[in-house]
Amino acid sequence: MMQIRPILAALRRHKAATILIVLQIALTLAVVSNALFIVQTRIVHLSRPTGVDEAHLFVIKNEWVGKLDAAQVDAQMRADLATLRNLPGVRDAFASEAYPLGGGWGWLESIKWQPDKPRHQLAVIYFADEHALATFGITLIAGRNFHADEIGRIGLYDTASPAVVIITRDLAQKLFPGGSALGRTVYLTGGPTTVIGIVDRLQGPYAGSTTRSIDDDQILVPAYLDDPSHSDYLVRAQSGQFEAVMRAAPKALLALNRSRVINPDGGMIALTQARVQSYAGDRGVAIMMGVVCLMLLLATAGGIVGLSSFWVSQRRRQIGVRRALGATRRDILRYFQTENFLIVGGGIAVGVLLGVAANLTLMTYWELPRMPLTVLLLGAVLLWLLGQLAVLGPARRAAAVPPVEATRSL
Amino acid sequence: MGGNPVAELPVQAGGFTARGMPGYYFSLAVRSFRRSKALTALIVVLMGCGVATCMVTWAVFRATAADPIPWKSSKLFVPQIDNFGPAHNDHGKPPDLLDYTDATALLHAHQARRQSLLYAIRLSVVPDQQQRQPFSLPGDAVSSDFFAMFDVPFRYGSGWSTVDDDQRTSVVVISDALNQQLFGGANSVGREIALDTHSYRIVGVLGDWNPRPRFFDVSSSGYPFSNPGQIYIPFSRAVDLQKSTSGSIVCSGDGSNPASAGWDAFLRGECGWIAAWVELPTPTDAEHYRQYLSNYAAEQQRLGRLGWPANVRLRNVVQWLDLERVVPKASKLSLIVSFSFLLICQVNAVGLLLARFMSRAPEIGVRRALGASRRAIYQQFLIEAATIGVAGGALGLALTCVGMKGVGLVFEPQIAELARLDGSLMLVTLLVAIAATVIAAFYPTWRAAQVQPAWQLKSNG
Repeated sequence: MMQIRPILAALRRHKAATILIVLQIALTLAVVSNALFIVQTRIVHLSRPTGVDEAHLFVIKNEWVGKLDAAQVDAQMRADLATLRNLPGVRDAFASEAYPLGGGWGWLESIKWQPDKPRHQLAVIYFADEHALATFGITLIAGRNFHADEIGRIGLYDTASPAVVIITRDLAQKLFPGGSALGRTVYLTGGPTTVIGIVDRLQGPYAGSTTRSIDDDQILVPAYLDDPSHSDYLVRAQSGQFEAVMRAAPKALLALNRSRVINPDGGMIALTQARVQSYAGDRGVAIMMGVVCLMLLLATAGGIVGLSSFWVSQRRRQIGVRRALGATRRDILRYFQTENFLIVGGGIAVGVLLGVAANLTLMTYWELPRMPLTVLLLGAVLLWLLGQLAVLGPARRAAAVPPVEATRSL
Repeated sequence: MGGNPVAELPVQAGGFTARGMPGYYFSLAVRSFRRSKALTALIVVLMGCGVATCMVTWAVFRATAADPIPWKSSKLFVPQIDNFGPAHNDHGKPPDLLDYTDATALLHAHQARRQSLLYAIRLSVVPDQQQRQPFSLPGDAVSSDFFAMFDVPFRYGSGWSTVDDDQRTSVVVISDALNQQLFGGANSVGREIALDTHSYRIVGVLGDWNPRPRFFDVSSSGYPFSNPGQIYIPFSRAVDLQKSTSGSIVCSGDGSNPASAGWDAFLRGECGWIAAWVELPTPTDAEHYRQYLSNYAAEQQRLGRLGWPANVRLRNVVQWLDLERVVPKASKLSLIVSFSFLLICQVNAVGLLLARFMSRAPEIGVRRALGASRRAIYQQFLIEAATIGVAGGALGLALTCVGMKGVGLVFEPQIAELARLDGSLMLVTLLVAIAATVIAAFYPTWRAAQVQPAWQLKSNG
């Protein structure tokens, strides 16, 4: 544009104020882009599907009272599961140590390709039986389900040594990239095992951080975990029966055997509720960042309005002179809009550098991925628009200055 | 300066002693607010929002990063021994929890003034009346020194003795809440309760005790902001009963844990699941204990149990909470973001103050021409900034009150309830607002003081 040179000349006379706006735009871009990026990662993180039929699943955290031995626990669990499966409205049920989005606990297992080499892949165990897939509501993409006679028993302090396992697709790809994991032998801490089935997506108990790498790496071990302190049951209700089943299930279990505790608060949890709890922190961070972004943009807009108004009021005489010499209102409006565009542009140039630096710093302290440049671009566009919007009022007032102002003294 | 006869500008008369000047400048400031309402309001709102955001996040951070036992935190230590070895530990760091062999060795060595082992458990309480359903509560299995070591207050009775530890007696200390629930708050010391179908004799009822963050069993129970355990039984008794931990068990990935099942193999194995604490009153004691730990680990190497040189740590409460990352990431992150926000508000305020002060260049020029010193100009504008700061602080205080209600939206309820608006926070809010505004005013004030008297007079000619 023709006007750029005179604008720059004018800005040179207001170095301090110009530098301040540039600095402010730069800082705003750095913070807003990083905050928006964090919001985006959190939203992506917390809206991941677990792969299971969350809407119809709930968990009963059953604690045993009294000292049961492993065989007694095993017998109890089988009786409980039979009772649960026979309840009207129940689609299926099974027992496991962990459940999707359950929180911190889970049995972490290291899987080796060769028994005597240290190279290993971590995965989380879901103890399962032949009802597990139907209860989760997940499907096999290869291989077969467990048979009833493959379901073993494992003590709390045993190492897992099942003959066969089912693994998730994600884990299969990590174990055998490019090839099929089906039918292959891998080594758990307890010994060799054969992969007989691969299921589609199935999330683990950890909701954890954004870059937690094993969220989708699960291994289904065909066994009942005979933990004398507690057994967790996953129950899948039929459509429309969820509330009724959730009320009936603890009663049915207590009717079967009273030597147990299902705490009134927290003894049962719907998976939808587990999702809310697990991601509460992520949601909170997203809300926080969103609010700060909004306040920041408003503050910056306010600052631009304030300073532009000041400049307009200072230059009334000059504007009058320009108008008297033939400049149109449109020219004056353009002048202030172009000026603002240039200043914001300068701020964006500095802000991109600051934003990348801030992202790199955050990456080392928090598990944040690298920020894509599109986020910065989005922030830049946002700030340009904001700047134009903010300057519109003061620029209009400048355009309204009559040519006669040139003849007035301050 | 006090005798300066030209300060009659603009209009205001009276009070020209050195003492009277700040008051005069204050009234000048109020006068100039009236002239540029919008600009002043904008600065006040900016500083108010910036300060309030910082104070709300600071309140949360302060609560989560608090020292839970300030009078003793430098005397309480967690010993760590690397039983995993360089191949399986986490980048050379010893595990957070001890295995049974090391933990009991440290307990029986008595090298500290007090020592306690603990692990998180969950116990079912079986009420006397048959018709009532059993319920379960969290607790800790601890050794006898636990209560004295952490200055645990008692409502009734006390902890148990080392004799009870050694004899594995079935004694229990319960919380005030459980005592209310079971005995209606009466002194229940000496009575029996059934836990996991075993009978225990109550020796003590806790007073009001809720250290936050709950530092003592954070490595075992994992979450430091839930309520403390309600039941405490002797560690030795819990191990006797093969009571499994409700907290973490971390085993070495080397497969050295025998496939042979059962509790005894678990106790002999190299899985970490016990937290240990020692009380060392002086730095010399701590140094001695560190030496003892090294010697112990070195001896385990000589005995062939550990195949690597001693790798031990001894951390006090603050260092331990830092290692366990007790302060939620969200809290640190929001603190950083809100302070960036305040900084940007401040930069904004610098620009606006500059505009405000420079628009009064003619007035400054006249004052200077009539003999006001630069110092007087500095004083006038810094006082004006401080006045804006006070207004910003007042708004900030109101917004902080509103913001405290919103903490629950961002943080988990257990953490949100810890953040409180108290007198010290209110004072800090006000001070931060004033300081931030005055700092923001330094450059604009300097520019104002540079105004040349003659030039202004001429241009206004």
